[in-house]
Amino acid sequence: MSKKLLAAPYLIWMAGFIIIPLALIVYYGLTTRDGIFTAANVVSIATPEHAKALWLSLWLSFLSTLICLVLAYPLAMILRNRGVGRGSFIVFIFILPMWMNFLLRTMAWQTLLEKNGVINGILSLLHLPNQNLINTAGAIILGMVYNFLPFMVLPIYNVLCKIDDDTINAARDLGANSLQTLLRIWFPLSVPGVISGITMVFVPALTTFVISNLLGGSKILLIGNVIEQEFTRGSNWHLGSGLSLVLMVFILISMAVIAKYDKNGEGSAF
Amino acid sequence: MSQPLIDLKHITKSFDGTVVLDDLNLSVAENTFVTLLGPSGCGKTTTLRIIGGFETADQGQVVFDGEDISKLPPNKRQLNTVFQKYALFSHMNIAENIAFGLKIKGKSKSYIQDKIKYALKLVNLDGYENRSVSSLSGGQQQRIAIARAIVNEPRVLLLDEPLGALDLKLRQDMQYELIRLKNELGITFIYVTHDQEEALTMSDTIVVMNQGYIQQMGTPEQIYNEPENAFVADFIGESNIVPGIMIRDELVEIFGARFACVDKGFGNNRPVDVVIRPEDIDLVDPSAGTLTGVCTHLIFKGVHYEMEVTTPDGFEWLVHSTDLCPVGKEVGIHVDPFDIQIMNKPASEDEEAVGVNE
Repeated sequence: MSKKLLAAPYLIWMAGFIIIPLALIVYYGLTTRDGIFTAANVVSIATPEHAKALWLSLWLSFLSTLICLVLAYPLAMILRNRGVGRGSFIVFIFILPMWMNFLLRTMAWQTLLEKNGVINGILSLLHLPNQNLINTAGAIILGMVYNFLPFMVLPIYNVLCKIDDDTINAARDLGANSLQTLLRIWFPLSVPGVISGITMVFVPALTTFVISNLLGGSKILLIGNVIEQEFTRGSNWHLGSGLSLVLMVFILISMAVIAKYDKNGEGSAF
Repeated sequence: MSQPLIDLKHITKSFDGTVVLDDLNLSVAENTFVTLLGPSGCGKTTTLRIIGGFETADQGQVVFDGEDISKLPPNKRQLNTVFQKYALFSHMNIAENIAFGLKIKGKSKSYIQDKIKYALKLVNLDGYENRSVSSLSGGQQQRIAIARAIVNEPRVLLLDEPLGALDLKLRQDMQYELIRLKNELGITFIYVTHDQEEALTMSDTIVVMNQGYIQQMGTPEQIYNEPENAFVADFIGESNIVPGIMIRDELVEIFGARFACVDKGFGNNRPVDVVIRPEDIDLVDPSAGTLTGVCTHLIFKGVHYEMEVTTPDGFEWLVHSTDLCPVGKEVGIHVDPFDIQIMNKPASEDEEAVGVNE
């Protein structure tokens, strides 16, 4: 009895802040303003405008995740092989920006990339032509990679640290050169960390609207922006909820695809 | 003697300013079972890792079959290692683990299949090809690690405390397995352990190390029966090490009593250390003993009784015997001449090297 009582606060929390909001989203997503059931909100993802935003979101998130992976793996490898002492300090330096406000960091990029921003200022000093940096897909990818890279590095670093030195030594001992050791030992053993990293970068990248708002301007609409606008400016909660449901389905699908490659389930963040 | 297979010449190694190996010289003959034995931190594992190529010596040479391999990476050395914690590849099944080295070398599929079968048979794990690493017990994993190493037909197998994580019974079984393997394969084993019993059981040659120096090298019988210094005597089995005076050849005085011995050439009236193994002390009637004392301690150990006999000078003699002597009883101590081992007292400058601080 007393054990059940102890679980009560968590159950109330889950009901109040997870289940009820989710149910509300489902309700709003599947009804009209008059409370009549409709699939129109969900189906509206098929309109060219929304489909384009969703496709762009998927594409940019995929690219950002890929770039994060390419950048993070060698870094995690270097950190791991430097040993605990010095490595941990570099890890600390690396995650330091994570403690700073996310908005602030993204706005800092805004000032760097702006038409009259820092980078263009330096370019004009060097008598080079100004570049159109802000409000491009590239700027959004940059923002995503910058903000989410630590979430890729840390799980990979953690899983690499768990690989015993002697496992690597054994591979070398059995005749494998550095490249063979990398491909046959390091990579396969670090898959759980990579899966975890991909999940932790891809999902927030797919749903973000802050980065695209600040660095993409109004020119580039991601699905996150569309949903946000329906809730704030458009005031059509029903349409916003319907699109949210679609996005959720896409996230679940990508999770399922990722999980298929993660046989052990060790690395999954979900 | 023919050319040694492995020759370590003047190997020096330090980590962060701490000298681990100091001018180490060691020759290993082909087809022998050599054990590096010593307490933790004595440099035995470092020596093995230098031979394997996982550490580089600060100075000195590793010569393999007449060729200097000091600069070669591990994958270019004709030897294989069995690691303490097995170091199996957890993402591969047993067959893939064993096949790893052969695949790297580009051997044919049928050759690899035959080798896997042969190796699994050799370590008594036939039919385990498709099992996962995690489904195996520690002893089985270690045998797979051995199989994975020997399919590559190394000329030398390096073993770094391979039985350290196993329980006593399994360890003893594996000791016999290793002796059998060594005889069947006809290759050189270099084995690292801190377990003196393991070393005595398996080795052709034991190298006793302490604090980066080789203390003594010899057959198990030599190491046990004729320790060269107090460290070796103390580390290999239990022993009573007492100060004595060599009166003349074949006669030594211990605590005022004279014992006949078989050692010669120490000079006359020279202070020496005397080693007497606990099982070599015969407890006799006080009137028949060379020394007399009182039994002050008695523990039943299974195979024998462990007793302490305190002589009037205060020394507590450790005695192993199947005959019981009750606590408080006065007994005589008798030692046969050939059971007494005389050692030179370490010169002061050697004391550090020997690791005797008392």
